[in-house]
Amino acid sequence: MMFVWAFLVGGLMCALAQLVMDALKLTPAKTVVLFVVLGAVAGGLGVYGKLVEAAGAGATVPLPGFGYVLVKGIDQAVQEKGVWGLFTGGFTAAAGGVKAALLFGLAAALAFRPKA
Amino acid sequence: MGAEVRGQAPRIQRYHAYADRIRPKPAVIHNVWWAFVVGGMIALLGQGITWGFQQAGLTGNRAATPTSIVLVGLGALFTGLGWYDRIVELGGMGGTLPITGFANAMVAPAMEYRAEGLIMGVGAKLFTLAGPVLVYGMATAFVMGAIRYGLGIG
Repeated sequence: MMFVWAFLVGGLMCALAQLVMDALKLTPAKTVVLFVVLGAVAGGLGVYGKLVEAAGAGATVPLPGFGYVLVKGIDQAVQEKGVWGLFTGGFTAAAGGVKAALLFGLAAALAFRPKA
Repeated sequence: MGAEVRGQAPRIQRYHAYADRIRPKPAVIHNVWWAFVVGGMIALLGQGITWGFQQAGLTGNRAATPTSIVLVGLGALFTGLGWYDRIVELGGMGGTLPITGFANAMVAPAMEYRAEGLIMGVGAKLFTLAGPVLVYGMATAFVMGAIRYGLGIG
């Protein structure tokens, strides 16, 4: 059942992003940033967490899930170390994905040449 | 269309049916549909990877970070091989919005600007999209976190 929800929610989020991009004539970069911000807002409102419980990767794989993870990490850090957690929590929670993106990104950029 | 068709000669009805069939679908519907399909497939792949990590003993959301790492690796590899462009061509936001697209947005400009050197070429261009995403994501998360902290719901 989780697989069905993952497909539907992940797909719908991308479809919504496409619709917003086409309707408002945004660039892909602006659309992605907008949706990361929306994910962080929805995370802060407590909505996005419910979506993650229901749809798993359907909610965490699209980039709004990145915004949500930042807020979740800040929540955890604030519980552990008080107000300073506002500064450390975001990067702590995002560390795995960001570090992987840096390492693999660098490796791929050095290993491959553009096709065209 | 349906209302016009009634009472018209069969020839005209056939014409309308034919015209409906070959009229190009508005690009937006086409784009949104393929964003749904491609984005859904990548999320489904992510759920499959999560399931695999859970079978291997990572309970609940502890599988989320390893899943992101694998997807980012795949996105970077497919970009290097020149395959991810085709995914984005078909899926639009369905290819760009998932975390694999984030990896693509880092690798593609870094490859492109390699000639400008390892520092301002590869090193800086890796952050062409990742930079804005981190800046505005972190800023928003900080504000939301501060509000939650202030309200005591953090």
